[in-house]
Amino acid sequence: MEFDLPESHRALQSSLRDFCERRVKPYAREWDKDEKFPMEVVRELGQLGVMGILVSEDLGGAGMDALAVAVAVEEIARFDGSLALTVASHNGLGTSHVRVFGSDAQRARYLPKLASGEWLGAWGLTEPGSGSDAAGMRTTAVRKGNGWVLNGSKMFITQGTVGDVFVVLAVTAPEKRQKGITAFVLEKGLPGFSQRAIHGKLGMRSSDTAELILENVEVPDSARVGELNHGFIDTLKILDRGRITIGALAVGLARGALEESVRYSRERTAFGQAIGEFQGLRWMMADMKTELEAARLLVHRAARLADAGQPYSKEASMAKLFASEVATRACGKAVQIHGGYGYTREFPVERYLRDAKLCEIGEGTSEIQRSIIAKELFKGA
Amino acid sequence: MKILVTAKRVEDPESKIKVKPDGSGIVQEGLKYKINPFDEIGVEEGLRLAAKHGGEVVVVSIGTKDVQEQLRHALAMGATRAVWVNHAGALDQLGIAALLQKVVEKEKPDLVVLGKQSIDDDQNQVGQYLAEFLGWGQATFASKVESLESEAEKNKVPAVALTADGKAVRVVREVDNGLATLEVQLPAVVTTDLRLNQPRYASLPGIMKAKSKPIEELTPEKLGVDVTPRIQVLKMSAPPARKAGIKVPDVATLVEKLHNEAKVV
Repeated sequence: MEFDLPESHRALQSSLRDFCERRVKPYAREWDKDEKFPMEVVRELGQLGVMGILVSEDLGGAGMDALAVAVAVEEIARFDGSLALTVASHNGLGTSHVRVFGSDAQRARYLPKLASGEWLGAWGLTEPGSGSDAAGMRTTAVRKGNGWVLNGSKMFITQGTVGDVFVVLAVTAPEKRQKGITAFVLEKGLPGFSQRAIHGKLGMRSSDTAELILENVEVPDSARVGELNHGFIDTLKILDRGRITIGALAVGLARGALEESVRYSRERTAFGQAIGEFQGLRWMMADMKTELEAARLLVHRAARLADAGQPYSKEASMAKLFASEVATRACGKAVQIHGGYGYTREFPVERYLRDAKLCEIGEGTSEIQRSIIAKELFKGA
Repeated sequence: MKILVTAKRVEDPESKIKVKPDGSGIVQEGLKYKINPFDEIGVEEGLRLAAKHGGEVVVVSIGTKDVQEQLRHALAMGATRAVWVNHAGALDQLGIAALLQKVVEKEKPDLVVLGKQSIDDDQNQVGQYLAEFLGWGQATFASKVESLESEAEKNKVPAVALTADGKAVRVVREVDNGLATLEVQLPAVVTTDLRLNQPRYASLPGIMKAKSKPIEELTPEKLGVDVTPRIQVLKMSAPPARKAGIKVPDVATLVEKLHNEAKVV
């Protein structure tokens, strides 16, 4: 079993660490407070190749792997969960759907600009009345001549207003349920296609979230991504990958929370000594460290399986489930260690806690992950 | 234009440095390493010059196999190829300059850009020795007039300017009371100061491309250089611990202490 990162991944890690120290750490608090999407920094990440990690080199990407996405997202999440979510969803969802299932023409049209970060990608599965339950999907695509007419709405779509390219799932054969869903790629500005920004999230406040509204949106058949009625099956594969990334995001938040806790408990004194000298707090931090390292191992293992072309669905779910619960626990402890200050915006740990909670919900709740893992356990029994 | 730049492997300034109990050196376990920040500025300047005038940037480092990490970093930033002088053990500044001299004679660059010093032992000698050994002109402590927030910096304009006839470079250097501008005939040696530029981050595609860029291996023997050090480190010790500060109850006491104890007011 391989525990050390490959040299190129260590180089990526060190480059992004320097970048985030300078361009993310000092600003993350303001972005969160103002719900400001940091477009300039996202563009800079694009120049670094972070918006096209998985896109092949001939299409302008870095041509790296799932492990690289995990490493990159963890480094960013260490300082800013929101920006990490932007990078995770852009790489893992919208861009990946086009990359894996798109036609050559679609890949040539969208991937170079998505990889450079000139265009941002979004992905629309969830609806106001359905999420992981695909059978509840209400958005429809109906044949009209050689093309399609889409109607419906999509909820909680990351990069919903700042996005340029959207992969949207719609029902094309209602009677076939899961096997009657198709993916379409939409560009911003299509007649009938509008976005409504969603404000007031608990965490991930500087990531962009919106509802997509589709009113008689007409697209040619060339906008269909993948085979007809194969959209949901493709989606499951995209989600499996995405879960590894959310796990990495959670690990980054837990790591940020632990680093802050160690620093604070060294400096803050009570009863005549640094609070980090008290065993009660030391044990909390020892647990945080142990759990986050275990979570990272699960995340990297799932990523390495995916990169080796082996089945990884269960492993991805276990990684996301464990890492996100570890992150919430670690960030909760970090707030506790910081005491009153931890409850204020003066210190970043309350933001980490709010951001971490999303990891237990987005891209399949913890309950969905447990269902997937259990289903694998009982397979063939 | 062919530019040779250096990439010394140094301890990451964020690492906690501990001196060995016997004073023979520092504890290396658990330390992280980086390219010397002044060298990184040199790589950046070389890349900007090559982008503007055409040509290539060759990066050189001396040390064990570990220095390949720093060479790959410079390659990921955009250098074309690397030269690795494989050597384990102590080296002094004269030895380093003598090795670089041989590499320069082999590579025949128009310009050598290196950090004014490395942040580990802060000697600030190699660039000067190298120019002397080669019999070339030198411009040390290269800086620039524009700030690091200027448009020129954002557009990655090189601060080291090639003259119209292409036979010399103009270098702004930091001196005690301001800036001096020198013109140096090529080939020349330039050493970089801190405010010359803001080095780029290695991009992910750059990192992937760096994997297939060549690293040529040389040794002091192959280069015909005797690197037996003429300088020996006798002892290293940590700086004395600072005394803790005190708290004063009021301004009057503060002024009294500043006047009578610190004698600054």
